[in-house]
Amino acid sequence: MHAVGRLFLALTLATFCASIGRADWRQFRGGASSAIADQLKLPEDWESSQRWKVDLPGRGPSSPIVVDGRVIVTCSSGPKQDRLHVVCFSEDDGQQLWHRQVWATGRTFCHPSSSIAAPTPASDGKRVFAFFSSNDLLSLDLDGNLQWYRGLTYDYPHAGNDVGMSSSPLVVGDRVVVQVENQGDSFAAGLDVETGETRWRIDRDRRASWSSPVLLPAESSSAYAVLLQAPGGLTAIDSRDGKELWSVETECPAIPSATARKDLIVFASGGALALRPNAGGEPERIWQAAKLSIGSASPVLYQDNAYVLNSAGVLKCGSLADGDVLWELRLKGRFWATPIVCSNGLLCVNSDGLLQIVSRGDKPKVDQTYDIGEVIQGTPAVSNGAIFLRSDAHLWKFSSN
Amino acid sequence: MDSRSFLCAVLIALCATVSNGGEASQAIEAIRAVGPKGEGHMQASRAAVELSNASLGDLTLILQGMDGANPLATNWLRVAAEAVAGRALDQGQDLPVAQLESFALDRSHSPRPRRLAYELIVRVDESAPDRLMPQMLDDTSLELRRDAVQRVLDAAEIAEGERALALYSQALHAARDLDQLKTCFEVLEKLDSKVNIAEHMGFVTKWHLIAPFDNTAGKGYEAVYPPEHEIDLAAEYDGKEQKVRWVEAASDDPYGIVDLATTLSKFKGAVCYATTEISSPAAQTVDFRLGCINACKLWVNGDLIDSHEVYHAGMEVDQYIAPVELKAGTNRVLLKVCQNEQEESWAQRWQFQLRVTDALGGAARVKVVSQ
Repeated sequence: MHAVGRLFLALTLATFCASIGRADWRQFRGGASSAIADQLKLPEDWESSQRWKVDLPGRGPSSPIVVDGRVIVTCSSGPKQDRLHVVCFSEDDGQQLWHRQVWATGRTFCHPSSSIAAPTPASDGKRVFAFFSSNDLLSLDLDGNLQWYRGLTYDYPHAGNDVGMSSSPLVVGDRVVVQVENQGDSFAAGLDVETGETRWRIDRDRRASWSSPVLLPAESSSAYAVLLQAPGGLTAIDSRDGKELWSVETECPAIPSATARKDLIVFASGGALALRPNAGGEPERIWQAAKLSIGSASPVLYQDNAYVLNSAGVLKCGSLADGDVLWELRLKGRFWATPIVCSNGLLCVNSDGLLQIVSRGDKPKVDQTYDIGEVIQGTPAVSNGAIFLRSDAHLWKFSSN
Repeated sequence: MDSRSFLCAVLIALCATVSNGGEASQAIEAIRAVGPKGEGHMQASRAAVELSNASLGDLTLILQGMDGANPLATNWLRVAAEAVAGRALDQGQDLPVAQLESFALDRSHSPRPRRLAYELIVRVDESAPDRLMPQMLDDTSLELRRDAVQRVLDAAEIAEGERALALYSQALHAARDLDQLKTCFEVLEKLDSKVNIAEHMGFVTKWHLIAPFDNTAGKGYEAVYPPEHEIDLAAEYDGKEQKVRWVEAASDDPYGIVDLATTLSKFKGAVCYATTEISSPAAQTVDFRLGCINACKLWVNGDLIDSHEVYHAGMEVDQYIAPVELKAGTNRVLLKVCQNEQEESWAQRWQFQLRVTDALGGAARVKVVSQ
């Protein structure tokens, strides 16, 4: 082989190895919005597994994301919560790599338990899309250089909710999809990942919703259907142009998000409602289970089971075949964070910061607890054998490796 | 290096700086041109990448570029400035503290770039707050003013007697953020120097109310009832269920809250109008700062200045802010507050609060005319 050819091959291999050596967690609930990290073995001793802990410049129920060795977190601060932060740390040692700030251009009133940094950022692997309850949206490269910035409330002045909004953006192909549903200017939009320009915008019901858009996985790698859950039902739209593909009208709670895989969609409606996607269009209703009541945390689908947390903090396991409850277990506290499926159990983090690791199987029990001691609302992120948790003041990395 | 070589090097460096400055100016202009709905985005995106790689010498140019820029462009430029400053610090360069300090203290610049200049100074100079904050107690940047007020409050907390009273009074008159004001109100009351909160903050507490008009299924929000045509405090109209007429109402809430559910009745699916007159000694621009947990519309001198068809999504001091041109003399205020028919316990409030302030949130020079 020619020397240049060998060099090219070596570089290609090195790049490939580097890309598979790092497992990113690029959005709310991770890849496929599944909250599944079944390769991860949770630590047996959390105290000694803390790799680092760093201060954060502000509050936020948003989750951390992990992209190419960087942990990225959003925060808001100030008496009016109008200073918005995007902070990037080294995944390895927690060193702060960069910190960018803007002033909110939209509404910053919210319930005291939340903050303007409620939506989890998303990434396409090259850029970070940091979205806030004020509808400010920043695109930064992985070194913190601004690529573009939008203030969507500046465009649509009545887009807002003084309880706060929390819908996280979703990257699909060359679109960033945002769901801005409220009693004022209510809409969903697809923005160009390169330029931030609006490629499409659709009106949505003028009712408050805190759910996040979810990609419906497809057999091919070019999935484009995005599910928008709202109080009036679940709608699938084409992420490329915003056109409606199908819609299921049903009353839904406005906080949890849908969970989808190729063979099944489960979302909160009269308990839990399961649909079977149909490549030809309308999905098929499979079952509706009143006893699988879904609280603020989103449902998790793993193998043959659904795991849901209700508003009282009861963890329930249901059969994906028919929605029957297989077991239930009362946990301590109440939950905002979605449970994470790990190889040795379900990681459930309540809003008081108590980690409860629940064994799966027919006779579930809480195997282990660990008290972080701070309010935690964001779903944990998992990457490269490590768990990342954030509170209103700190970001932690835990790993038994 | 001989003198000729040195001169050449200086000239080259100067030329390079000017050249970079010219490029930075063009990039700043491109960013300042961004508008709503992605207007000017393609050019601004390219300019942002360019500007983030500008030299440290362009930092104050970027700050100047934020002067008078719209809120979107201000944020684009802020992130670029942070990138430039951050990279310089990472490379061990010194920030131009003297230039930044001059910029931060010059009130002819916009508040936000001045605040950013101050934050950059503080990153490298721990003594800066002691030096700069005493000059900022009446600053037009509310962020700088807040920090200055906090220093006075911190000093007041460990002071005693007359000294404490003087410091809390000083903080009270400078403070504009609600949390700091509340601290002052609470402590001054304990020091036997109680503040009339409503008066200090400019809340309107005297009103005439008329209700209920029909808001079944939310139709009252768009419906035009007689008070939108005329204000006749002696008139009687057909209401939702019966004849309705104006009644006087005075709020004794320290924050000017008018609770319609207790003052009138717990009507559901109902519209209430509230009116008052405000006397201004001269024509002036003021803020009308409304808090309302129900759908609402606000008119001043017959002009609709604000409207929000939002029910039960929170109520806060200064929730909605609208600038208004008052005329000298009497100005008529009309507020429409719509209650819906939700039955949840958290959806029963029917309330509002309104204050009239200057642009920074201090009580405006106006008087509520008693009718």
